[in-house]
Amino acid sequence: MATQGKKKRSAHLSHLLSFVRKEFRHMLRDRKTLLILFGMPVVQVLLFGFVLSNEVKETRIIVVDQAKDAVSQALIEKIEASSYFTVLTDSLPPTGITDAFRSGRIKAALVLPVDLQRDLLHDGRNTVQILTDATDINLAQTIEGYLTAIITDFSLADGMAAPYVIAPETRMLYNPELRGAPNFVPGVMAMVLLLVCVMMTAVAIVREKETGTMEVLLVSPMRPVMVILAKAIPYLILSFINLLAILLLSTTALDLPIKGCLPLLLAESTLFITTCLTLGILISIVTASQQTAMFIALIGLLLPTMMLSGFMFPIENMPMALQALAYATPSRWYYVIVKDIMIKGAGISALWQETAVLAGMTLLLFALCLKMFNIRLDER
Amino acid sequence: MSVLPVLLRKEFLQIFRNKAILMISVAMPVLQFIVLPMAVNYEFKNINLAVVDHDRSDLSRRLIDRITGSGYFRLVDHAASYAQAYALIESDEADIILQVPSGFEQRLVREGMEEVFVAVNAINGMKAGVGSAYLTSIIAGYNRSVVEDLMPGAAPAGIAVTSSGLFNPERNYKISLLPSILAIMITIVGGMLSALNIVKEKETGTIEQINVTPIRKRDFILAKSIPFWILANVVFTIGLLVIYLFYGVVPQGSLLLLYGFVGVYLLAVMGFGLLVSTYCTSQQQAMFVNFFFIMIFIFMGGLFTSLNSMPVWAQYVARFNPLTHVNEVMQLVTLKESTLRDILPNLLAVAAMAVVLNVWAVLNYRKTS
Amino acid sequence: MSTTATPHSIVAEGLTKRFGDFVAVDAVSFHVNKGEIFGFLGANGAGKTTAIRMLCGLSIPTSGKGTVAGFDVYTQTERIKRNIGYMSQKFSLYEDLSVTENIEFFAGIYGLSRDRIRTKREELIAKLGLVQEADKLVGALPLGWKQKLAFSVAVFHQPQIVFLDEPTGGVDPVTRRQFWDLIYEAADVGITVFVTTHYLDEAEYCDRVSIMVDGRIAALDTPTELKKQFGTGTMDSVFYELARGAKRGGA
Repeated sequence: MATQGKKKRSAHLSHLLSFVRKEFRHMLRDRKTLLILFGMPVVQVLLFGFVLSNEVKETRIIVVDQAKDAVSQALIEKIEASSYFTVLTDSLPPTGITDAFRSGRIKAALVLPVDLQRDLLHDGRNTVQILTDATDINLAQTIEGYLTAIITDFSLADGMAAPYVIAPETRMLYNPELRGAPNFVPGVMAMVLLLVCVMMTAVAIVREKETGTMEVLLVSPMRPVMVILAKAIPYLILSFINLLAILLLSTTALDLPIKGCLPLLLAESTLFITTCLTLGILISIVTASQQTAMFIALIGLLLPTMMLSGFMFPIENMPMALQALAYATPSRWYYVIVKDIMIKGAGISALWQETAVLAGMTLLLFALCLKMFNIRLDER
Repeated sequence: MSVLPVLLRKEFLQIFRNKAILMISVAMPVLQFIVLPMAVNYEFKNINLAVVDHDRSDLSRRLIDRITGSGYFRLVDHAASYAQAYALIESDEADIILQVPSGFEQRLVREGMEEVFVAVNAINGMKAGVGSAYLTSIIAGYNRSVVEDLMPGAAPAGIAVTSSGLFNPERNYKISLLPSILAIMITIVGGMLSALNIVKEKETGTIEQINVTPIRKRDFILAKSIPFWILANVVFTIGLLVIYLFYGVVPQGSLLLLYGFVGVYLLAVMGFGLLVSTYCTSQQQAMFVNFFFIMIFIFMGGLFTSLNSMPVWAQYVARFNPLTHVNEVMQLVTLKESTLRDILPNLLAVAAMAVVLNVWAVLNYRKTS
Repeated sequence: MSTTATPHSIVAEGLTKRFGDFVAVDAVSFHVNKGEIFGFLGANGAGKTTAIRMLCGLSIPTSGKGTVAGFDVYTQTERIKRNIGYMSQKFSLYEDLSVTENIEFFAGIYGLSRDRIRTKREELIAKLGLVQEADKLVGALPLGWKQKLAFSVAVFHQPQIVFLDEPTGGVDPVTRRQFWDLIYEAADVGITVFVTTHYLDEAEYCDRVSIMVDGRIAALDTPTELKKQFGTGTMDSVFYELARGAKRGGA
């Protein structure tokens, strides 16, 4: 009896293995897709590491110098000397500043009053005006901050400072240069892994339905759970390799070391990948055509994961309903996990909650998959 | 006689027959467009603040009151030491620490100068920057009132700065991001639909049948594009209506100009989709390739991080990204009332892309191997 | 419309197609007369489909000469396409369009006038007995009906030549019989029929038959002559004799 059970089990295992091998062959045969699957995370990480940031540099501003005196000259020189701004003094169009903003040529303007020097000498003070393009609010605020700092510095150096100064001395923890990478790498990891995993598996089952090969699988001795597992395993391995590539890149090229425990990070990532693959398979089971599956996976998930994961927009500011939606997004939890392990060096004790949520989601999705898969079978 | 009407009729029949795709490609973006902008908010209202007040003087208490009374900060703890406050940052309970040194009041009054220490959790650089800017400006405001108290009647010396934000004076993030999100929507819808379409005929084999007919490549590609061009324009129109109905934003500039530009832009995006389509052999492949580029377009288009902050070389590269242009134009026309003259460079760039991509796609679509 | 310079519908002289080292079609020469039903036989992988693709202008030959309906297979592929009909191995109508819509579409792309399409469409639907199904999606029809419909659509614009690539695969004997009735009907109005098949009983229905082995034409004659030549009573044994020596594919 016991040996028979064992035999049966090993038969199941060999079925599963042959199925997994078949899925792998499908995957490896399509070179273009494979290239994209590996290229995407790599390009994204590099993009966020080297191209995208929140820094302000060489921003074009216009200085409307109505004073044209020694003080205004000195101030303009000081602004020009900073790497933050490129000053366009000569090219103010006659139609005014607004037109320069409208053409998108400048992001800010500084208006110096006619009597800058005279008023400073007489009254010891004067007011200048900064105009910013508030269609890009963050940039506007950062520009204002930098310009104000330069001007304040300038007037302090001129000995025009007020008494009783409270000077805040600010230190940026974890990320002193305010680089984009420490925030974006975990965010992009969460987003790209989710989308890639879901999109890959979303078409997996529905494709077999479309080509009719599903029938062949169903008459084989494979149990439904095995079919689902076999579909997921190759993608799990592929995604894991992908993950290693991202981590390798972010530690080497982006100089973003993993502060916490690497095995923990890998374990958590595997959990997250499993969640996403299960979601993809669920989509695959409930849809009728590849196109529908892909559209749900892409149009349905791209923007929500990008916007609700918390790495672009703070979740705590969202309306309650949207917060709830954000908490239902697996990438939101994984983002917190990666950020905490990689950048803060947190351990499992700090992350058990997030881990439990992801595990719960996976189980729920898997149960749904099995249920829907069986329902579909009955329909035949 | 042109066969274009015949081809077009077939494409429309197929589109309207597949209700699922139609629903997904129109209803889903619109639904997201209604919901997602609510997520867009960098205005950090409840920044968690931990205070380490070593002075416990009248002046330090007033400073802290002023900060917590601003509405931006929520005091989570009066920590006894910096280490204790730092632990709060580590556990994500606090975002910013303000440390007031002992002897703060004394030194400020006697020496006329004193420092306070601010530590910010800067993993999210954006949040850190905005948070510390709020704090600095509150401290500066407090500083002025202290000067006022200590030297009544004395006007503050030096150069004061006033600032105002144009085009969006209330600094509403939704207003500034809505046009960008709309741009992403039409890019995904237009690009994906056109990318998948020709590949689908390849997969089902019907393309063979088309290839043995005298249909000209140009007509075939046109017939594949026009329906999706119209569909994407419908999505765009609904998007504009949503902006207006749900967020009260009315495009400031000319609608005609906006539609004209979007029309050309869609040709470019769909040309790209078609090009992908001609290179791919399966829908899955086409989807992944297209998705890959759309992601890069989105991130390099200056939608979420400013183009200004990119390295100079990347700024040049971004000029070849159609999404950069549509994003700029959407901002310019809907919010700044820009005119054709202002957006002409963008229009020309996008028109050039449309021509190049479509011609490339037509050339690359071979009826013959 | 075109006028043909030769009395032959199709002429191939040393037509060759290579894919790298692999010679799919190796210098085949033959001609097909007008109004003839020409059977193009061969084992799987013998090179039939490649040959058809070259003749239809889907694939440019590596070397050799060829004309179809008097047009050159290198330079005049688009003019060839105007004068042929094609029905491929894979079922090639749009499954998400109805019977009527498919007919209208394919007739439309050959530039038939709307009135003409309408009258001919009614005739065809009545002839095929699809009146009840006219507005059904083609995907919902049984395979045999689809194949008959696909053939009728391929000759709807009355081409000079129609190419049929394994048109009767997977179809029951009764439907196959009906399908061949359609082919005869087309040949009767002067359409040249170029057909590949795996069913050797179908070869008997052809005026002449060529048998390809390993990219070459191993035999070409009327079925009666071929049987005489090989001294057997059926096309089956003729084919088996030839295909047995094949190096590639399986008979």
